[in-house]
Amino acid sequence: MALSIGFWILAIIAVGAALTVVLLKDIFRAALCMVLTLVAVAGIYVTLSADFLAGVQVIVYVGAISILLIIGIMLTREVQQGNPTNKFRIPAFLVALVFFGVMCFVFLGTPWQQSGATPVTPTTGALADKLFGEDGFMLTVEIAGVLLLAAVIGAIAMAREK
Amino acid sequence: MVGLEHYLLLSAVLFSIGLYGVLAKRNAIAILLCIEIMLNAVNIALVGFSRYITPTELTGQVFALFIIVVAAAETAIGLAIIITIYRSRGSIDATKIDLMKW
Repeated sequence: MALSIGFWILAIIAVGAALTVVLLKDIFRAALCMVLTLVAVAGIYVTLSADFLAGVQVIVYVGAISILLIIGIMLTREVQQGNPTNKFRIPAFLVALVFFGVMCFVFLGTPWQQSGATPVTPTTGALADKLFGEDGFMLTVEIAGVLLLAAVIGAIAMAREK
Repeated sequence: MVGLEHYLLLSAVLFSIGLYGVLAKRNAIAILLCIEIMLNAVNIALVGFSRYITPTELTGQVFALFIIVVAAAETAIGLAIIITIYRSRGSIDATKIDLMKW
């Protein structure tokens, strides 16, 4: 019951903040609203009993990515010009609406084979087994490390003063 | 009682909002913000499937972790590109970045 109430509150916060991101005129405040969406999504992970993922969400998204985006907003002086829409506003709205309709149709029409088993808690140890254990995702973890290294080097090489 | 469908619909709503923002915004950083919202929506769907369909295996959460890694790399590269464009052209209006448009 408490989980349901928490879900509805967090879902309303997430959707409201996401709507504010696309509707607000001020790009800086839009970025702050995106941070609110990310915090609400971290709460949603908690209601899904994904505690480790909620922590990762707060550290990586709320802590790092949002700061990076806000620094980007401050480095480019577009704040004065606000957060305008281009001439495809109405077609974009229609595309989003059609996409949402198709998704609703698929999600509500599919007979999901739900399992009644109790989820693993806490998930940290089980996730570590999954990532680093036998026949886990070890190769993918290493590829992700290489990807991050390449991204960091590429970002430095591109953004450096010539 | 909240079930799998609620999480999937929340994910669809957030993804649609992000899709609208990506298609309709002119500021390149606003487009990046909306891409982050879309990635988060996908993560909610993955963790929801993981919780309600295979609760004892955590494969969905592992997928969500890798999506977070890729999102971090994507944001770093995207901001580097945007700052380079701003330095050379003085604007990050996505409708004016049309050098490769025929």
